[in-house]
Amino acid sequence: MLLKLENLHVKYGNVEALHGISLGVGEGEIVTILGANGAGKSTTLMAISGLVKVSEGSILSRNAPLHTLKAHEVVRHGIAQSPEGRRVFGTLTVNENLTLGAFTATDTGRIQKTLAWIYTLFPRLQERCEQMAGTLSGGEQQMLAIGRALMAAPRILLLDEPSLGLAPILVKTIFETIREINRAGVTVVLVEQNARAALKLAHRGYVMEVGRIVLEDTAEALLSNPEVRNAYLGGQAA
Amino acid sequence: MEQFFQQLTNGLAVGGIYALIALGYTMVYGVLKLINFAHGDLFTIGAYLGLTLLTSLGLADRLGPLGAVLLLAVMVMGLVAIIGAMLERIAYRPLRESPRLSAVVSALGASIFFQNAVMLIYGARFRVYPHDILPKIAVNIFGLQIPLIRILMLLTSVLLMVALYLFIQRTKIGTAIRAAAIDQGAARLMGIDVDKVIMIVFLIGPSLGGAAGLMVGLYYGQINFTMGWVYGLKAFTAAILGGIGNIPGAMVGGILLGVIEALGAAYISIAWKDAIAFCVLILILIVRPTGLLGERVAEKV
Repeated sequence: MLLKLENLHVKYGNVEALHGISLGVGEGEIVTILGANGAGKSTTLMAISGLVKVSEGSILSRNAPLHTLKAHEVVRHGIAQSPEGRRVFGTLTVNENLTLGAFTATDTGRIQKTLAWIYTLFPRLQERCEQMAGTLSGGEQQMLAIGRALMAAPRILLLDEPSLGLAPILVKTIFETIREINRAGVTVVLVEQNARAALKLAHRGYVMEVGRIVLEDTAEALLSNPEVRNAYLGGQAA
Repeated sequence: MEQFFQQLTNGLAVGGIYALIALGYTMVYGVLKLINFAHGDLFTIGAYLGLTLLTSLGLADRLGPLGAVLLLAVMVMGLVAIIGAMLERIAYRPLRESPRLSAVVSALGASIFFQNAVMLIYGARFRVYPHDILPKIAVNIFGLQIPLIRILMLLTSVLLMVALYLFIQRTKIGTAIRAAAIDQGAARLMGIDVDKVIMIVFLIGPSLGGAAGLMVGLYYGQINFTMGWVYGLKAFTAAILGGIGNIPGAMVGGILLGVIEALGAAYISIAWKDAIAFCVLILILIVRPTGLLGERVAEKV
């Protein structure tokens, strides 16, 4: 397993947000985590990235423990995140944002190659490279957030709600790009509200409810699972 | 006209000092959203360390006036930087996760601690800098007789500010500092060690403040353990004037405040010099609440 979470507990103060999550992500997979608001999807990603403390359980990547590391050290293990709400550096230029994504990288040749690849994935970013990130449209900011994460040349890309607040046409583009990123060999963990689009893209999926994983299956099986369809896919029509 | 230009250059020199101190306030505020109330006292410590090193090492005899002052500046900046980093480590880092007010109280405590430490070590009376360090000559610029030290001060502060600006804008670490000031969590996701960034800020800010302290000692010739309070308040004002958290803003705010003060003192009343400066601050804040260069980029949601 490229990434393995075992019995993961996370607390915010005295309130436990994750009550023992276990999940695994294999090399080359797209794994999606579905669930309603407050189910703990973002908390799970934040725990992997080291931004929230793990109170119990473990996170392993290729048998190396991540849950004991600080957030900036996790990146060096090949794990990058495009966080919920994009969180681009608004008063920095697009170029500076991308450069920061490669903060841990030292090989300038590889950085240039990665940057060129990101520009082919998102040509808009190249057009706007000298513009301040805060002046980009929502969709462009999402592209920037994903591109910025890719600059670290991660093995695992964590995507938190990449479709949030975007026009449907843009959502389609972003999801196609995610597939392309995955084909280039990057393993993807995708947290999404847009369950149907996520399941069509993913190989496997987990369903979370109030801090627990309640269902785990292949994406096709989840798409046709009546419970999932009722709760997350808006009823009957597939 | 003569008086105007004399006051203008004087204001620029003093403004440069305000700007250097203001940079420390604004950079710390940028990354921690904390007003480092002990910053003015780091400036005082710079002035006193300068005095001690100057009198005990006899640098002027060995290196000549300019070499001595240069080496002195490097040593003072280095020492105050270390004190600044220790201040962060001891007084602020343990409170990083606490409510913001706790850190503010800690900052006030650190200020009192520094002030009293300086008083205990050096005494409460004014101390006098040796007045023969820099030659007391005036330079003729377009028919104006400007004291050499004033020109040196202005040059030094401009040089330090340009160096800082290039560091912040052009280097990888500078960009990381700007990123951490915008969103610490996102900066961590980039692999930036935010604790290290904060430490660097607490090395740079105090070193500039220490340099300012040394310059005040050399310019006015006498120093006192409470000097950091007045200068700190002025520099803090300058940082707000320029837009707190904004580095070019602190530079512009500092210089502007110095010039306004000097001209106000010369043409209106020297007794009202501080009142004039603060009236200008209030007026500017009424028109531009975020300060002169305080920017607001609309966040797209």
